[in-house]
Amino acid sequence: MTINPDISVLLSSLELKNPVMTASGTFGYGKEFETLFDLNRLGAIVVKGISLKPMKGNPPPRIVETPAGMLNAIGLANIGIEGFLKDKLPWLNTLNTEVIVNIYGHSINEYGELASAFKGVKGVSAIEVNISCPNVDKGGLVFGKDPEMSGRVTETVVKNTDKPVIVKLTPNVSDITQLAKAVEQAGAHALSVINTLTGMAVDINTRRPRLGNISGGLSGPAIKPVALYMVYQTARAVKIPVIGIGGILNAHDALEFMIAGASAVQVGTANFINPRATIEIIEGIGNYCIEKGINKIKDIVGSLITARQG
Amino acid sequence: MIETYVKILSNTCITPGIFLLRFSSPGLAAEAKPGQFIMVRVNDGIDPCLRRPFSISGTEEEGVVRVLYKVVGKGTEILSNKRAGDRLSVLGPLGKGFDITDPGQHLFIVAGGIGIAPMFFLSQAVNKKAVTFLAGFRRSDEIMDPASVGIKQDISIATDDGSMGYHGRVTDLLEQEIIKQRDNAIAIYACGPLPMLKALSSISNKYRIPCKVSMETFMACGLGACQGCVVRSASALDQISYYHVCKDGPVFDINEIDWDNI
Ligand SMILES: Cc1cc2nc3c(=O)[nH]c(=O)nc-3n(C[C@H](O)[C@H](O)[C@H](O)COP(=O)(O)OP(=O)(O)OC[C@H]3O[C@@H](n4cnc5c(N)ncnc54)[C@H](O)[C@@H]3O)c2cc1C
Ligand SMILES: Cc1cc2nc3c(=O)[nH]c(=O)nc-3n(C[C@H](O)[C@H](O)[C@H](O)COP(=O)(O)O)c2cc1C
Ligand code: FES
Repeated sequence: MTINPDISVLLSSLELKNPVMTASGTFGYGKEFETLFDLNRLGAIVVKGISLKPMKGNPPPRIVETPAGMLNAIGLANIGIEGFLKDKLPWLNTLNTEVIVNIYGHSINEYGELASAFKGVKGVSAIEVNISCPNVDKGGLVFGKDPEMSGRVTETVVKNTDKPVIVKLTPNVSDITQLAKAVEQAGAHALSVINTLTGMAVDINTRRPRLGNISGGLSGPAIKPVALYMVYQTARAVKIPVIGIGGILNAHDALEFMIAGASAVQVGTANFINPRATIEIIEGIGNYCIEKGINKIKDIVGSLITARQG
Repeated sequence: MIETYVKILSNTCITPGIFLLRFSSPGLAAEAKPGQFIMVRVNDGIDPCLRRPFSISGTEEEGVVRVLYKVVGKGTEILSNKRAGDRLSVLGPLGKGFDITDPGQHLFIVAGGIGIAPMFFLSQAVNKKAVTFLAGFRRSDEIMDPASVGIKQDISIATDDGSMGYHGRVTDLLEQEIIKQRDNAIAIYACGPLPMLKALSSISNKYRIPCKVSMETFMACGLGACQGCVVRSASALDQISYYHVCKDGPVFDINEIDWDNI
């Protein structure tokens, strides 16, 4: 019987007290959830994607619910790097949890500038690079779908930062392992898998798309099996740690991802459904370890037993 | 602002398709202001999975909160099947409500359809004497009587089909009443469907009467975190900018919204 399991995880040089983070764009800048639970208990907070200049985002409607999930076309609305450093980071730094900044550029140069801007900035533990958001016309789509461009973005960010670099992959490709390998080769320290799946919804009465942007990114429980398989494939294709994302609602879901190969997880849409989801997942993972006699959560990562292995 | 499981005290149909939900939450009741809303998780499953926003329609002694809602789809249908004793996860109170600190003005409360829900709470909270409450409905069988939700307040009714009260739109009735009250300092607080709010925008400008309106959009978080709930703000120089209804609102000054591009 394990009384006090070690649920800390190591992502390259980034140590987290537990494997549960909030996914970018679903937890604002943290403060929005301040009164709902003790944010210090989180493994890390990944903030909303940040660009060089503030962005206003897409015309409404920006969200629509679909069976067991939702489509969003926020269009990466954000306050820009200056606003983040001035208005958001000082408060985040009063917390005792890791802060991961998610960045998003329109060109390789912009990715480089963003990475440089966080160089030496205290209280930012890692950079997560969004090369996969499907919402903005000239956006990350171009980079994230092409292994070579993804590699170049990664290289640029790695060159311009002193922090661990996590690259977040898009699932909207035919073979995610090609991207994963290209990004690993370019120097990424970890991968986040997956971003949203592109989709749409139509109002049959008005015959209009339900989103102002026509298409949007699907997230929530509906995408979990797809995300899980992509995490499994990716974790087998690369040596760097993989962070599992997609439809995680509870500890059971999170553990599935970890057994399939994820070293840690991010929780997105679930924050809207149950704002305390992350905390319940952290507790659930601890309880699972106790129940199963697991001393270190690290031991279950990629522990999937398949017929081939016997 | 809290997230908590509450116990349903009652959930009754007060007029076809309209339900009054009452639950006990002293924390929420103490904090709630008219115009604020809550996000309700209607089931523990994943379809629907997102919470549904509802205005707080009133509070009672001993920490009871009231919600008045119309069944329009899957989520509200599930909610309407809840019984006394069932548990419900609620998050709130959220957003900025109506400012009720200014007693100097004669207040016109204008409601359209189920938009009356937050206005019951408003009328409960303001000085009764200086209020004219106008409510518009399509037909007489859709009328929500304040007495049915335990509120003592005279209401002037307008119906689209003339089956009760003033025959016509509530905004036309409002204009008549405004003319009668010309010599008084007047303000309008309103909640209702988009065409009603647009009509109010013209009236507010025509008579130069300050007007506050409560807005509705799709919401995922209700907390200002997802940026999903935006409306175009009225701003100079064709500069596009947005308000977040859940955080900057749901109550706005009518001149803050770009009614032509909504
Ligand atoms: C701040 C705020 C306060 C509200 N207060 C009340 C209230 O006090 N009483 C009440 O009955 N309703 C209120 N609403 C509207 C209510 O949230 C929706 O009617 C409800 O979410 C519909 O859920 P559903 O699953 O039944 O409908 P769905 O199956 O999701 O949709 C059915 C229909 O309702 C429309 N709808 C869905 N969600 C919304 C929404 N968020 N806003 C407007 N229309 C929507 C859809 O376009 C569709 O036509 C409020 C909305 C907001 C944003
Ligand atoms: C409203 C919303 C906004 C998002 N914004 C971002 C973003 O700015 N940057 C990013 O990398 N991912 C963004 N995402 C994707 C999530 O971080 C996550 O990868 C995805 O939603 C899948 O996880 P989930 O099913 O747990 O939500 C957003 C998702 C949602 C629902
Ligand atoms: S509903 Fe999420 S920001 Fe308003």
